[in-house]
Amino acid sequence: MTLKALTGNHAVSEAVKLSRVKVIAAYPITPQTTMVERLAEMVDKGELEAKMIRVESEHSALATTFGAAAAGARAFTATSSHGLLYMHEVLWWAAGARIPVVMAVAARAIGPPWNIHVEHSDFIDQRDTGWLISAAQENQEALDLTLQAFRISEDPRVYLPMIVALDGFILTHTVAPVDVPSQEDVDRWLPPRRQPYMITPESNVVMGNISSDEDYFMMRYSMQAAMQAAKQVIKEVDLEYGKTFGRSYGGLLECYRCEDADYTIVITGSWSGDAKKAVDMLREKGIRAGVARIRFVRPWPEEDLKDRLANKKGVIVFDRSVSFGSYGQLFTETAATLYGAGTSMRGVVAGLGGVDVRPEDFASEVMNFVSRVEESGRVYEPQKWMLPKKYEYVAKEVGI
Amino acid sequence: MVPISYPAEGSSGKTGLWRTERPVVHLDKCIKCLFCWLYCPEDTILRREDDYVYVDYEYCKGCGICANVCPTHAIEMVPEAPGGEGA
Repeated sequence: MTLKALTGNHAVSEAVKLSRVKVIAAYPITPQTTMVERLAEMVDKGELEAKMIRVESEHSALATTFGAAAAGARAFTATSSHGLLYMHEVLWWAAGARIPVVMAVAARAIGPPWNIHVEHSDFIDQRDTGWLISAAQENQEALDLTLQAFRISEDPRVYLPMIVALDGFILTHTVAPVDVPSQEDVDRWLPPRRQPYMITPESNVVMGNISSDEDYFMMRYSMQAAMQAAKQVIKEVDLEYGKTFGRSYGGLLECYRCEDADYTIVITGSWSGDAKKAVDMLREKGIRAGVARIRFVRPWPEEDLKDRLANKKGVIVFDRSVSFGSYGQLFTETAATLYGAGTSMRGVVAGLGGVDVRPEDFASEVMNFVSRVEESGRVYEPQKWMLPKKYEYVAKEVGI
Repeated sequence: MVPISYPAEGSSGKTGLWRTERPVVHLDKCIKCLFCWLYCPEDTILRREDDYVYVDYEYCKGCGICANVCPTHAIEMVPEAPGGEGA
């Protein structure tokens, strides 16, 4: 075990190096930049035998990564916010082509107005592309998820690309102790790259040409089947990772004190840590609270959530993104998952643009929810905006 | 299921019917460099044993790339006559 003091970005760089990635193509964007800078250094010093391809845009960054991966190379890219949105079309290409690729996303708000701080809108916006989407709570998990991402996405039952999201600045630029596995252990654990086909000068294969409508439809069906199969693969990989490296997280969903909880917080990303602290505070006050942390937004942990939440008095979902005109996306999906369960629900949109949400804020929101449920019996409040303190008066005017 | 296919001759029908101009090879100018054979996107420039080339007009779409890459201008694009055969 080698503990190093690493930022989240550098933790991911270490994982990419340990995975023996052969091609990296990236375009710099805050707060992703230091991750690919470190990788460029590693290549420059000869510590990582990879081709670092500089490109003129994020669209090209993912197109190049996808091309290298289609040709048989283990390939990696990283981006954030506007860069990820610029890549959006190519995300569909990689997933539809069933070519495993791993991408780190430094989760960040989207302008205008300009904002480089944490929010989840960028990676949540990729929900429907066919990529597996995971989110780390800590730097250690960002490293672990990146290593696992190659193994999961290159599993023949999956063959879909995967995003590892880590919150901008909160993780990407904050130093924490990270256990960096040895190269020997990773070599033993991570098998050589597998993929469904390769496009090489010798192969006469054509990818993506016109198909019948029925074949197209069935390929979409097979992607959904792969997502379903990925749930099992993710759990297996999480367990096997634990056997070799000593850390398992619970697969698609991490449960914190939620077994006996009456009220459970559903949340994803770094602020889950603050929510856990709030749970400890609430327990001291006699409120049995817990956290169900979404580690994978795709595939959605439907069965696990049902299992954990169906019999609770209340479920409160915190979204760091919103679908304008609807609700927070995690709320919508949790509500669909708990259809018919009779559980009280509240959706809270909070922390947009990096606005800080402290454990005390989580705790007081949960206490408010608890008293509403105790008063009224079943409660269904799909959107409540936790406004920044100085703007709280606006809520009374707008009514949400 | 993956979105791939393997090209086969005639899988889109006789695409030679799409042609508005046909490449005509003047073998007296040909130096057997095989650029046309290499560059043809449809594999319709055929190579003889002596490395001279000829055209598979059943499938050649008349794109003109062969004529464009020929360093000695040995390939001429000739308009197809209305109704089919070359002028």
